[in-house]
Amino acid sequence: MSDAFNQFTGTTTYIASEDLQQAVNVACALEKPLLLRGEPGTGKTVLAQNVASALGMDLIAWHVKSTTKARDGLYVYDTVARLHDSRFGDADVNDIASYIKLGPLGRSLASEKRVVLLIDEIDKADIEFPNDLLTELDAMKFFIDETGKEIVAKERPLVIITSNNEKELPDAFLRRCIFHYIDFPSVELMTKIVRVHHPDIEEQVLDQCLELFFKLRDVPRIRKRPSTSELIDWIFALRKAGVDLARVGGGIPFLGTLLKNEQDMAILGNN
Amino acid sequence: MEQALVLIEFLFELRKQGINVSAHEWMGLMEAMSKGLHNSSLDGFYRLARCICVKDVSNFDAFDQAFLAYFKDVYVDVAAVTNDLLSWLRDPKKFEGLSEEEKKLLEELNVEELKKMFEERLKEQKERHDGGGKWIGTGGKSPFGHGGFHPSGVRVGGPGGGKSAMQVAEMRRYRDYRKDRVLDVRQIDVALRGLRRLGREGAVEELDIEETVNATCKNAGDLDLVFTPPKRNRMKLILLMDVGGSMDAYSLMVERLFTAASRAGRFASFEHYYFHNCVYENVFEDAAFRKPVSVTELIARTSRDERLVVVGDALMHPGELMSPGGSIYFYHHNASAGATWLRRLEDHYRYTAWLNPEPKRYWPRTTIEAIASIFPMYHLSLEGLEEAIRYLVRGGQRPDPSQATPFS
Repeated sequence: MSDAFNQFTGTTTYIASEDLQQAVNVACALEKPLLLRGEPGTGKTVLAQNVASALGMDLIAWHVKSTTKARDGLYVYDTVARLHDSRFGDADVNDIASYIKLGPLGRSLASEKRVVLLIDEIDKADIEFPNDLLTELDAMKFFIDETGKEIVAKERPLVIITSNNEKELPDAFLRRCIFHYIDFPSVELMTKIVRVHHPDIEEQVLDQCLELFFKLRDVPRIRKRPSTSELIDWIFALRKAGVDLARVGGGIPFLGTLLKNEQDMAILGNN
Repeated sequence: MEQALVLIEFLFELRKQGINVSAHEWMGLMEAMSKGLHNSSLDGFYRLARCICVKDVSNFDAFDQAFLAYFKDVYVDVAAVTNDLLSWLRDPKKFEGLSEEEKKLLEELNVEELKKMFEERLKEQKERHDGGGKWIGTGGKSPFGHGGFHPSGVRVGGPGGGKSAMQVAEMRRYRDYRKDRVLDVRQIDVALRGLRRLGREGAVEELDIEETVNATCKNAGDLDLVFTPPKRNRMKLILLMDVGGSMDAYSLMVERLFTAASRAGRFASFEHYYFHNCVYENVFEDAAFRKPVSVTELIARTSRDERLVVVGDALMHPGELMSPGGSIYFYHHNASAGATWLRRLEDHYRYTAWLNPEPKRYWPRTTIEAIASIFPMYHLSLEGLEEAIRYLVRGGQRPDPSQATPFS
């Protein structure tokens, strides 16, 4: 593998599996968007931040909501402000360009340097949302109708898209992406990950925590199984409070950091 | 280019497994390989091909299978496998799970003899290549192979040590993600989201910016605000559920479907009724069959644009379906046959679907087949549910009842 290709190998604060490293590097080399899926809390969003810092690029984040329209990502034409100005007149209303505000996708294309664009939780938006982005992500250029100006990317941004698998994404969109499913980390990988966040944790404590954690994940019928981020928070809470797991008989201390709903708590109580 | 020609069969193997890899993606893979992104290794190729060609974790398992089938001849590390086997045999701890009888059987086998047998059989397999990806025997009473003799299922296969692509593929870790296997409330929830027809109806609440600009311009620049009603789902759904008897086995699944469908605000209207085995004059508001609702009345009251979904195994005695008076209840005499009532329902509503939890291979030559010729019938799995919803929303081709596939 050439060095030019093998760019991303994780960072000091983010442990990436080999599969994930290769997926990032393939997306980088082929200049295609990287689509990430996986259980909540497995570090999909954090990956983009770490790829940006590892490759020395700026990160532009676009957090998608249920009301987000594809066009909002390119630019917003602030009609209301222009209307307001025309009525109370303190700006040049004829200069439409000053009422055009570039959205996250627009900014990443207009940027002089190559940036990482994170489109977070793309599945939150309407079903047609990904389709509306196809041309822009393919050609990496767009047209501002109001001013007749075309914006073409000088450097194609590295696009990282996350999805919680809530909705089927359209095929045409999927075909253009590199796909990676973030598996739940194995015990070995999890050990590494926790070490990154708690470098001074003792071997024995870590083992106990992980054993309990993976046991908890295996409890049948649990609705929201605890994830990596919750494990790290939990260990943080344990250490802050100075709780020794070996000495606590019965219940799990700070269970609220691991389980987030009442039914799960009840199920655990019954076991 | 030669590389591309060799691999093209892998493309067709993938498509055979139901992964619709497009030419676009395949060219992407070829481009990536010409750039050396696969690191000139099988492991690298496994990852590269998967992240470019497969876009859904429910297809990962199919990918693993295609990979195994295509690369089965590539490489078997005989020595490593043999060592694995021997160290396994030497470890007394591994035998804890065996019964006395099994232990005795095992003692009868001489290790050297076993080793010889194993190597011979391995060689034989290498030469013959009859079933792909099966290594040495699966199951049965052979001392080798996965999940066979040894109850805790120690696997023999693939080179020892670190995980190679073949091993990863063979582990088939993504089996549980297959769409035809799993269904939980959340998945049904997601699928049901597709069941919608958006329209603007009801109170005016949202600011319509375009219209506001228009109106303001017409008003010579004085702000004139225009509001519209927000978009709402106008889909109306009627759910008929078969309960009791042979449906008891599927009660959990039906309950999940009901939980997801009845979630507040999902549909413009949602009604549900129960029946037992087959629909006759009445359906019931409660699962105890105490509050009857006449089917004729239901048909008269509801519009044909409402969607009717029936959940049931459609399995019954042919008489219950075909003959008048065939009802399963002794004191109940139905003047029209069950099939007639079903046809009346199906005729009234423009779009209907029957979700059947029975595996498709049991459909042919039963009452299921007969009912599938009346109702568009879908298997109650995530895949079937999605198909049914597509049909309910957009119409189009009804499933062909004679096309019930022997698998799934």
